[in-house]
Amino acid sequence: MAKTLVFLEHHEGAVQKGALGVLAKVPDAHGALVGSGVRALANGLGTTVWVIDDDSLAAPLPQPRVDVLAKLVRDEGYDTVLFAQSVLAADVAAGLAARLEAGLNWGLVDFDGENGRAPALQDTVVVDVGWTSDVRIGIFRAGALDAGELGGPSDVRDAAVELESFSSLATMVEQAHAEQQGPSIEEADVIVAGGRGLGQPENFSLAEELAKALGGAVAATRAVVDAGWYPYSAQVGQTGKTVAPKLYVALGISGAIQHKVGMQGSNVIVAINKDPNAPIFEFADLGVVGDLHEIVPKLTELVRARRS
Amino acid sequence: MKIAVCVKAVPDAAAGRRLDPTTNRLDRSGELAISDFDTYAVEEALKLKESAGDGEVVVVSMGPARALDALRKALAMGADRAVLVTDSALEGSDLLGTSKALAGALEREGADLVLFGQQSADGGGACLWAAVAERLRRPVISQVSELTVEGSSLTGKRQTEFGYDTIRSELPAVVAVSDAINSPRYPSLKGIMGAKKKPQETFSAADVGGAGPVGTTVVATSPPPPRGEARKVEDDGSAAEKIVEFLAEKRLI
Repeated sequence: MAKTLVFLEHHEGAVQKGALGVLAKVPDAHGALVGSGVRALANGLGTTVWVIDDDSLAAPLPQPRVDVLAKLVRDEGYDTVLFAQSVLAADVAAGLAARLEAGLNWGLVDFDGENGRAPALQDTVVVDVGWTSDVRIGIFRAGALDAGELGGPSDVRDAAVELESFSSLATMVEQAHAEQQGPSIEEADVIVAGGRGLGQPENFSLAEELAKALGGAVAATRAVVDAGWYPYSAQVGQTGKTVAPKLYVALGISGAIQHKVGMQGSNVIVAINKDPNAPIFEFADLGVVGDLHEIVPKLTELVRARRS
Repeated sequence: MKIAVCVKAVPDAAAGRRLDPTTNRLDRSGELAISDFDTYAVEEALKLKESAGDGEVVVVSMGPARALDALRKALAMGADRAVLVTDSALEGSDLLGTSKALAGALEREGADLVLFGQQSADGGGACLWAAVAERLRRPVISQVSELTVEGSSLTGKRQTEFGYDTIRSELPAVVAVSDAINSPRYPSLKGIMGAKKKPQETFSAADVGGAGPVGTTVVATSPPPPRGEARKVEDDGSAAEKIVEFLAEKRLI
């Protein structure tokens, strides 16, 4: 009988939805909550939840988490450790894999207790993956699972903290806190998203005008957020938000897998890109190969005319 | 300061990437090139060396012997040396074996800073650096979009799902940089001409501590589930009208 542990990542007093989805997915899975002042989060999950609570674990850094999870896996005999994809989770999972010499499969969308399923190569092939090691480590793709139903009293247990000497050499100077500007893109029915193909930051006005005409919100890819063209709160994708609007209009976005996982749940996807080989055309309901600088202003005018 | 940059030779994007049906591994038989994401790490290493005024940049990779050709691009950009771990015993390595081989090579190099790109271009898990850092017992910072090195410590700005963290670490350290960190330079003609003459060394598995275990396996592969209709049109001047018609048909306007 498999003994499964799920890493319960949390931020600002809430366990992440993705991690709860993994916990709900696997029958009889236990949870591990690592941090400082996180005990209350263990309640109401209806399973055994290990709480590893210590000041030294306050910052969301991977290496101290590898230490405490490795100890827990060894002491309690877990044979499977599962994560929901995140920047932190990937680093913890890979460090743990090396520590325990445990195989790591990532990008999972399903797991049956023995094998996993992971679309690969930009979703052009579906791979059923297995493990040959004593301990199996898996990372679920962002947004792969619904939160599922969890509830009932938790069996909360404490585990000890023992850190390796090198695990505390990286320290948090300033931790991100969610900054919200304007309406949340997660609530919008229509999203117009811009990528590098817009050419320059000023051209985000094209996306803004079209979004206004359609009554929607503006989103952006990681590349343009990192480049400072648009605020982080508008970022869609693996390290940004996951959205599922009725309409997603992608302007100058190539559609790399890191972006796709954040918006593939959209009902209808329209893409405009000048590169006919852009991956986004593989999954857009309507793909237009052309110059967005010519098409978008016309499109905005037509939508306005139709709505007035 | 000595900086090692871990790079991966991947099948050229233009040639397409597919699984070899007999091994279920990525088909690497065609032209190889260093992953675009890795060029940002090479660029950052070169910038750090230039601003320090001295130092050495060595590119480190694991792969088939042919990968040396791909590593020459990093040498042409300005890296000083290339090290390739290549051995038939390492074919089919997953995260465990790859991290072990790279850590073995990096231990021989003894670099102050080890840089990675943000992911491989052929569908990796974007986490190799954390396994390498674990084996080297060094601190790791990933997804870094700004990096400064001062004396014996570094500061990195890390993007996560929640925004930007600022993290400081002592050297030696392992850092994975994002593609927002810089604009990689193009190799100059002089750089390309000089690349072949730069030192290029190969290590066997035994040189780096032996082949690691393999922890994962491919059970089966299958085509992706069929998706809904995907229409693709070339703009002939009427694209805006076509989009409006489409949106009306879907009752979205």
